Amino acid sequence: MKYALYTGCVAKGAGRELLAATYKACEKLEIELDEMTDAACCGAGVIGEDNPMVADLLNARTYSLAEERGLDIMNICTTCQGVHVKTRRKIDADEKYKARLNTELEKETGREYAGTVKIKHFYEILLHDYGLDRLKEKVVKPLTGLKVASFYGCYATRPPEVNELKNPDDPDELESIVTALGATPVKYDERLKCCGFPILMMNKRNSMQLSGNALSGAKKAGADIMVTPCPLCHLNLDAYQPEIESQIDQKLALPILHIPQLVALALGVSEKELRIQTHIVRPEGALAPA
Amino acid sequence: MSNGEVTFIIERFDPEKDTAPYPQEYKVILEPGQTLLNCLNNIKWTQDQTLAYRYSCGSAICGSCAMRINGKAVLACKTQVSDCVKDGVIRLAPIGNTKVVRDLVVDLEPFWNALKRVRPYLTPDSQDAPEKEREQTAEEFSKIDPSTTCIMCGACYSDCNVLEVDNQFLGPVALAKAHRFIFDSRDGGGHQRLTEISETNGIWDCTHCGECTTRCPTETKPLSRIEEIKVKAMAEGHHGNAGARHVLGFRETVGRRGLLDENYLPLRTVGFFNIPGLLSIMPVGLRMMWRGKNPPMIPHYVDKVGEVNNIFARFEEFRK
Ligand code: FES
Repeated sequence: MKYALYTGCVAKGAGRELLAATYKACEKLEIELDEMTDAACCGAGVIGEDNPMVADLLNARTYSLAEERGLDIMNICTTCQGVHVKTRRKIDADEKYKARLNTELEKETGREYAGTVKIKHFYEILLHDYGLDRLKEKVVKPLTGLKVASFYGCYATRPPEVNELKNPDDPDELESIVTALGATPVKYDERLKCCGFPILMMNKRNSMQLSGNALSGAKKAGADIMVTPCPLCHLNLDAYQPEIESQIDQKLALPILHIPQLVALALGVSEKELRIQTHIVRPEGALAPA
Repeated sequence: MSNGEVTFIIERFDPEKDTAPYPQEYKVILEPGQTLLNCLNNIKWTQDQTLAYRYSCGSAICGSCAMRINGKAVLACKTQVSDCVKDGVIRLAPIGNTKVVRDLVVDLEPFWNALKRVRPYLTPDSQDAPEKEREQTAEEFSKIDPSTTCIMCGACYSDCNVLEVDNQFLGPVALAKAHRFIFDSRDGGGHQRLTEISETNGIWDCTHCGECTTRCPTETKPLSRIEEIKVKAMAEGHHGNAGARHVLGFRETVGRRGLLDENYLPLRTVGFFNIPGLLSIMPVGLRMMWRGKNPPMIPHYVDKVGEVNNIFARFEEFRK
């Protein structure tokens, strides 16, 4: 198995532990990665709010880079994944627009987007390409007793037509991975809500309140730890947790893991190699066997 | 559910009598093709006359029957019961982000107030009445076609994540209504409307959670309309706010390097001379630095960045 790894910006910036964990997890799973060091930012929905065609061109270029490699794309950020799938559907649904994009793409980059690439998030690859049975066989350090709250975030679940969840209003996919790793999934009301990250810089109070509600909901449901497929959610939930605690006036101390970190832990990778010491809310205590 | 029996668990509440909402169960034998509204009528007519809910047209036109099924807002008259039964059970509650008047009936005052704030009527350029009506071509109409389909049912308002934490936010229905006038060829107040809507509580406070579009039973799809307003606001130079500066920060760093510069973006958004703003983001910056989590000081460039630069070089041209 081999994928074109689309890192996105955060895994190269403030969330480098995510990239490290992805490599470690894939090494254990014998999934080969070809990192797309030539692919640009997906626009995170933001460039598209300024200039949709530029955002679409950036993404069409990314797809053509993967097609050139003959590989499907592995995303490790649900925002990138959501933007990619949404853009792709928009382009593929409109032959005239696709032709126009390709004319400009050819002119500016010498490339063409054919439409053959498949785009999947790491967790979707585990579920659909790799298979949970095979994953279970690879688990050497089952996370027995660890209560894990999955935080899906927006792009993994909405709009429903751009994700592959069986039941987007009440999904089980992340929980089934948690179970496969030997841990205990914890469901809570806010698991499909927005973390507020997109408005962090515009309305910090609202942004942190949204994250605060999710953290406090997970905590109330008895979670030891939270896991998310989106490094943007991670930034809000982890890096801002001290400020969130004072805003909502509640001690939380809930560590947040990226999904590849949780997987890699169960596959026997050390905490240090997964760079969990860089998290703001340190997970070591929660991960220590009771 | 083998005998077609479904248990409805309905949230009941009468503020004059009850201290808190409580669930009440009703059993209904389901017939093929029944909508949720059919079942509610059945319960009211044959089991419990005190159950309160709203409806009128029964045809997804009037917008009065929005409620939450299994936690998500829908139109009762447009929803097939068989699509939402889970283990023989359906949970019904009033729509969210509102105060309950009784059972499934809510007070829509804040919803109407939000609409009023965007001046939901045409403000033509000239006050002189034309001889005939103000005409519009089919092409001009196509721009507002989606936002005119809104039936103001409140499903988007109910599930909007931002409204849950801030009732001052204009919210999806008002923003979609604003779209309908900002993009109307007969309206003359576009510039003013865009200025107002770019301020606090407007377009840039939307977190794109997508709930509005997911719950919308029409083609309005508020999130797409909000995105269109943002594109227009950016193109027409409404840049004096944090939301627009955030977008410009993206444009500048991605256009140059191919990747986002996470050190630059917060500074650009807050404003380089906004001392209190800069101080407010310092703690998280220091915290991240302390843990070795801060973005690299020398930002990355993607390989073959010239291709990305070429695309951005024609930014204004690609707006058309
Ligand atoms: S009763 Fe009119 S929309 Fe449902």
